[in-house]
This record gives sequence, structure tokens and C-alpha cells, in this order.
Amino acid sequence: MKILKIIAIILLVAFVGIQFIPTTRNQSDTVPKTDFMLVNTVPKTIQKKLQVSCYDCHSNNTQYPWYNKIQPAAWFLEDHIKEGKDELNFNEWDSLSSRRKASKLRSIIKQIEGKEMPLDSYTLIHTDAKFSKAEKEDMITFITQLKDSL
Amino acid sequence: MNKLKSTLGIIAIAFITLTVVSCKDNKKEQNNADGNHSEMSDDVDHSKMNHDNSDGHHDGEKKEMAMSGDGNSQAVLNDYFNLKDALVADDNAKAKTLGATLATTLENLEISSNFSDTQKTELKDIIEDAIEHAEHISKNEIDHQREHFKILSKDVTDMVAITGTENTVYQQFCPMYDGGSAWLSMSKDIKNPYYGSKMLHCGKVQKEIN
Repeated sequence: MKILKIIAIILLVAFVGIQFIPTTRNQSDTVPKTDFMLVNTVPKTIQKKLQVSCYDCHSNNTQYPWYNKIQPAAWFLEDHIKEGKDELNFNEWDSLSSRRKASKLRSIIKQIEGKEMPLDSYTLIHTDAKFSKAEKEDMITFITQLKDSL
Repeated sequence: MNKLKSTLGIIAIAFITLTVVSCKDNKKEQNNADGNHSEMSDDVDHSKMNHDNSDGHHDGEKKEMAMSGDGNSQAVLNDYFNLKDALVADDNAKAKTLGATLATTLENLEISSNFSDTQKTELKDIIEDAIEHAEHISKNEIDHQREHFKILSKDVTDMVAITGTENTVYQQFCPMYDGGSAWLSMSKDIKNPYYGSKMLHCGKVQKEIN
């Protein structure tokens, strides 16, 4: 019993302790001119879907869920966002060359088609980020058109 | 004490749940692409797609002869051919290593000042794009590697169009992979990097590049 108590206390202290380790928040008030939505003509429904399903990890501004304030969840989030932005940052879309835009669009299509994106871990909580069959088709049609127009 | 324990228990469980939920990674990529291909293969008559594979000549033999220096486009081509051979051999691990090698070679590629400004910009874009694909190849499973290899092949082909090549290079084409996909080879023989052993000889020579 005593051991349990000690373990519990250690855990509690550790848990409280890690809350003080600072994390970088991915937040920004301004949308740069290079943003995907600003340089392309994107239909409202597609805009909304991109915002909800993609922008949290693929832009400079994340709508943080409540649990991000608790460690170590915040670390995992931070990691995902960093990785997501490295791969594709919609805010910086127009800084890419046409060739890279085409590559990115191709990857977007593959990822959505293959249900690799949005991540399951993300849609588990953000249920609205999931793609319905129709939404998926619309998105792929739109991205394909954009790719072909490059 | 009991209360404290159960409170802690609840915290711990909540905590573990959140942790699990937020970091559960998506690892089920592999099957999608594969499934499609094998379905397709049943409907297509393969005998028509076999070309030029009779003499059994291997790419590897020629590869040795190619120049290998660094900082030039020929080195990029060599790395690309090695990578292609790994994909032909269905060797995921080797392709990873070679993808990384190619990425490094691309990063070190110096664009000669002999090119026009347009060509320089074009080359810069090509290299940037190719590096990204090579890096992905260095990190992923084989289906994903092949997806990236397709675009990488386009990049390398466009590069060769500007830089030229010391040896004759063959542009080959497989009509089945992802709506039709091309790659480059040093040999006329078809050895399909998109399907490997599954459909080794699917494809044809599309173009000779000198």
C-alpha cells in the first residue's frame, strides 16, 4: 500500500511538473498573401473543408483543442503540427514553384484518396474533419482541376 | 487516502487515453494501392506488353561504367538508376538508403553557369522537387516509394533535357501504373520499377535520349 502511495505521489508530481515545460504554440493572426485560399479561386465549401480538415496542421494557425493545454498531449500535437507544416504549409502555397505545386497537389490527392489524411488520430476527436464520400469526391475533383490548370 | 488514490487513478487513465488518442499513428497505407493493381492486372493481356527482354542484359552491368563524380548531373543519374534497380528488386530497405543518397547528391548539385537564366531557374525547381521526393523515398514503405519515384522520374527526365547525358538513356513507359508512368533506364530491357517482380517486364521503350 505504501509503495502504491509513493508511486502515485511521484506520478502526480511528474505530471504537474511537466505542465511547466513550455511548448510553442502554432498561432498567427495574419494570413500571408501566399495563402492557398488567396491565390486560388476556391469554392466556399472546399474552403471550409480545407480549413477544418487540413489547416490545423498544415498552416501557421491551429485551432487548439482543450487538451492541448495538458502535457504530454501537447508534445504530440506539437510534433504533428511541425511535421505537417514541413510537408505542406497552405499559408505559404504561392512561394512554391509550379513544379512543386503540382507535386503537392498530386500528393494531396493520393493522401485523401488513400485515406491517409486526415490522420485517424485527428478525426477521432475532430469528427467534422472526416471526409464524407461526396466531400472526398468534390475535394479531389477540385484539386485535380487545379493541378491540371498549372 | 482512498479518495486520493481513485482521483489519481482517474487522472492517470484520462491521461493515458489522451496520450494514446493524440499519438496513434496512421499505419495502414500499404494496402490501397496494391489492391488496385492486382485487380487491374487480371483484365489486361500482358503478353502484349513484353518488349525487348529477350537478351537478359542487366542494367547493373552498364551502371558500373557510368561516370561517378559528385556535384554533377551524371551523379544524379547514377543514383537515380541505382534507386530504380532497388525498386525493380522490390528492395524497400535498399531503396530507402539509395533515396537518401540521391537526396544528398541532389543537394550538392551545382548548376553550371553555362545555362541560360530560364534553364537555371528550371533546374533549381527540378532539384528542389526531386530532393523532396528522394527524401520521401528514404522514409517510406515501397508503395509510397513508387508513388514518389514516378514524379521523381519526371523531374530527372526534365533535368536530363537540360543537362544532357553522357550515355544513352532510355525512357520507358508502363501503361498500367497510376494511369501510365514513365521512368529512365540505361538499358533497353524493360525492368519495371513500379511493379518489380510482380510484373517485371511490363512496359516499353518510349524514347531514346542521347
